[in-house]
Parts: sequence; C-alpha cells; structure tokens
Amino acid sequence: MEEILNILDKDKQSISMSKLAQMLGTEEQEVAESIKKLEKENVIVGYKTIINWEKTERDVVTALIELRITPQRGEGFDRVAERIYKYPQVKSLYLMSGAYDLAVTIEGKSMKEVALFVAQKLAPMDSIISTATHFVLKKYKEEGIVFEDDEKDTRQVITL
Amino acid sequence: MMDYDKLVSPVVDAIPPSGIRKFFDIAAEMEDAISLGVGEPDFTTPWTIREAGIYSLEKGQTHYTANAGLLELRDEICHYNKRKFGVEYDPKKEVLVTVGGSEAIDAMIRSVVNPGDEVLIPEPSFVCYKPLTVMAGGKPVIIETKEEDNFRLLPEQLKEKITDKTKLLILPYPNNPTGGVMSKADLEAIAEVLRGTDVFVLSDEIYGELRYSEEEHTVFSSIDGMKERTVVVNGFSKAFAMTGWRLGYALGPERLIKLMTKIHQFGIMSAPTTAQFAAIEALKSCDDDVVEMRREYNYRRRYIVDGFREMGLSCFEPYGAFYVFPCIKSTGMTSDEFCIRLLEEEKVAVVPGNAFGECGEGFIRCSYAYSIENIQEALKRIERFVTRHK
Repeated sequence: MEEILNILDKDKQSISMSKLAQMLGTEEQEVAESIKKLEKENVIVGYKTIINWEKTERDVVTALIELRITPQRGEGFDRVAERIYKYPQVKSLYLMSGAYDLAVTIEGKSMKEVALFVAQKLAPMDSIISTATHFVLKKYKEEGIVFEDDEKDTRQVITL
Repeated sequence: MMDYDKLVSPVVDAIPPSGIRKFFDIAAEMEDAISLGVGEPDFTTPWTIREAGIYSLEKGQTHYTANAGLLELRDEICHYNKRKFGVEYDPKKEVLVTVGGSEAIDAMIRSVVNPGDEVLIPEPSFVCYKPLTVMAGGKPVIIETKEEDNFRLLPEQLKEKITDKTKLLILPYPNNPTGGVMSKADLEAIAEVLRGTDVFVLSDEIYGELRYSEEEHTVFSSIDGMKERTVVVNGFSKAFAMTGWRLGYALGPERLIKLMTKIHQFGIMSAPTTAQFAAIEALKSCDDDVVEMRREYNYRRRYIVDGFREMGLSCFEPYGAFYVFPCIKSTGMTSDEFCIRLLEEEKVAVVPGNAFGECGEGFIRCSYAYSIENIQEALKRIERFVTRHK
C-alpha cells in the first residue's frame, strides 16, 4: 500500500495498472484492488493535473490570503473553514500555526475579481478578524513540480 | 620525427582501450538514440550536497587538504561505515580519500603487487582491474563466474586458482555488469578458503548501498579474520549520485593505507576539496535520499527484468547495482552483433557483455538508471528487434 502511494505521489503522468504491478513485483489485479480501497478510504483523495496557465490564453490570478479568526465555541475553526472551502474559487485551505489562522489560496481571472471576492465574501464573515491578501507574481514550483525545469540528461550515451 | 612506437611504454601501449571503442564511437554519434548504456545514476546529486559544495567555495575553501583527505570527512566516513555496515576503522590511520573508487583500486593494486604476482579477477566485472594489474607488473588470472551460479564467485573456483604466486583477490560485488551479489554466507565460504593464506583482498563495494534483497550488504572485512588482509573500496558516486565529483575512499589496515597514501600523495596530492566538503554533507544528512533512490531503482529493476523475460530472453534476477544482464544467445547473434544491429535498427544503445570479460559473451548489459518512461520505450524497441530476429 505504502509503496503504491509512494509511486503515485511522484508520478508525472497517469500510470497504468500493469506498469505499477511490474514495478512492485505483484499482480495487476492486486494493485487495482489496493488502489480502489485507498480511494474508498479517502487516503487517495483525488487526482489532478498541474497546469502552467501562463502558457495558455486563459488569465489566471492566484492570491494567498491570511485570515485571522475567532474560533467558535464547540466548533473550533472547522465550521468557518467549511464555509470558506465551499467556494469553488478557493483552491486550498490550511489551518496554520503562528501569526494567522487560515491560509487560503484563491484563483480568479483578475486581481480585481480576487480582491472583490475577499472584500465581499471573506472579510464580512462573522468570525473573521482580519484578512491580508498577497498576490502571486510567478510560480516556480507546485506540488513538487518545477514549472520551467530545464534539467536534461547530459550523460554520455555509454559509460562503463 | 619521433618514432613513438619505439619510444613509448610497451606495457601501456599494449593495453587495449576500455571496452570496444568502435561501438562506443558509433553510439556516441547517434544523436537520437535511446540509451540503457550508462554506468552512472540519472539522479542529480541531492541539492543539499551541491549546496554544501557551493558554500565551501563561497567561504574560500579552495586549498589542498591533508593528503589522506579532510579529517572531518574521514571521521564521517568511519561513522557511516559503523552505522550502516558495522565495521570499525580509525579515521586517522585506516582511511584514504581518493579521486573516485578507481584511484583507490589502482593504489591498492600497486601497493601489493610485485612483478609476476598473480591477481585473481572474477569476470564479468568492471573493466579496470585487468589493465591496472598489468600496469603494476602483475599477472591477471581470470575466474569466470556463471549465470547458473548467479554470477557469484564460488569457493571451489577460488581454491582451484590459488597458487604460490597469488597475491591478491579482487571481489567486485555487488557486481557491474551482472548485478550479482554475494550473501554473507557466500562471503564466509570465500573467507574460509583464504584463511591461512597470504592472499590480500580488494573488495570493491562501490555499489554496496544498492542492494535489493532482504539481506543487507555485508562488508567483506567484517568477516572473521578478513580485516587484516582486506582493503574495502567505496565512494560517493553511486550511492549519492556524485559521479562527476570524483570522490571515493579506501578502508584498510594501517600498513596498506600508508602505502596507498604514498602513491596518492605523489600522484594526486589530495582529492578535490569542494567534493570533500560536499561529501561531508552527504554522509551527515542524506541517508533518506539514499533510501529514496534505492527504492526508485528497485521499481525500475523489477520492471526491466519483467520486460526482458516477457520478450523471451533469459534474464537472471540481479539483486545489486543498477544493471540487468540478459542472455541474448537465443537470437543466434554475438553480443557485438546484437548491440551494433540494435543500435542501427532501433537506435537503442546497450553494452555488449564481452566488454566485461570474455565470459560476458552472449549477454548484454542494460542499465536501469533511467526514468521508467525511457526504460519502457527502450524495452519496446528491443522487443521489436528480438521478435524480428528470432
């Protein structure tokens, strides 16, 4: 199980069951069943393609927003977190230690759109004390993948 | 005009260049070839190691080190060998830091071999032992290991070849090119043959970290009675993906290390300083990187062995290094023919087994120090080739 996750975690393109089975020295069916189980138990939460939108026609603006929150009695941060992550604009949401409580990643078509979202949707929420919006200027690396990776195989064709 | 043929050293002149030069030249010129021919990791040196090298330059660490290497590095080498393999060496007297494992091999051979001494070399094996023996005035005595013995050196084979003139046994395990390994029990059996003789051992354990069996690597000197006769050669190239840094080391009895240090002192002075600082970082904080790389190699190893077997070639299961050594005799071609035609017809570069000794004929060495995608494409082409020539 752990080995499967290890391979999938680093996989750059969707990998076939037969290849996985060969790499692990086991049977295809066994791998398929393990993956199904991991998905069912929500260990494997989902699959996603990392896209460099800079290279496309689509305008994508990303911002990191720091939120300071008053935790609610009996609910902690979970309830307010849920109200935030339900917005499709919210790409990630983490509860943080340190100077602020929630780190939100928002994606929008323009800075204005993102700023409006923060001003109209996030800031007015009851338990939110303050917001600080930081716009992303350039993405170097995401999910362990470097965007402009120019590392080539510079080895000789044959060495002994 | 100087007549070089009469003037240059006949000993060196007579040594054939490594492997099969012609094939290498063709392969090197073929631009879009897919290769499984390389004897080094595809991983770039872990960043923390590279960064330590850069930092040493920033600090101006640009001078010679002690001949035997930075004491801090020798200390770390000893800690590492104790921690990983349970062998103990004195960093001040029993360690020499060299320019790659190869320099350590050369210095060891030259330190013990007198003209006419016999050096036992199991083959198939890395290409340097024979020429270095000849250049030291020794006589290489080849022991042919076999596929049916999992390319291990058997005690009876060793016994048979030991004579009054035997000075040194080379133990090249985990093995390049076969991927064969020697278990602790296998090594015990070899040690039993050596006990009571005056034969030295050069145990080339450069691939020691790359073992895929449940049993972990055994350092030969850890076997009872072997330490006094053994020089262990290891280095940073394979385990830490540091081939280009050129850094290796030897562990051995004080008397031998002293001799080797003499050769090193006059021929080299000291190993590259930047590489030594980087290596300290490797030993201090990269255990996890080594585990991660080994795990990745193991995935590829299973995948490539499976691939060769599926196309109907017999492929011995290798438990070490990053090579497979499938047998191509069923195609009716020699190793050379197979490799040249595979390169021409399918543009895949692999190494003929006979580059590693005559008994490697009928085999090819394929490295799996490549991405799975690369291996997959190469296997597809090799399968097409093999099917066509059945």
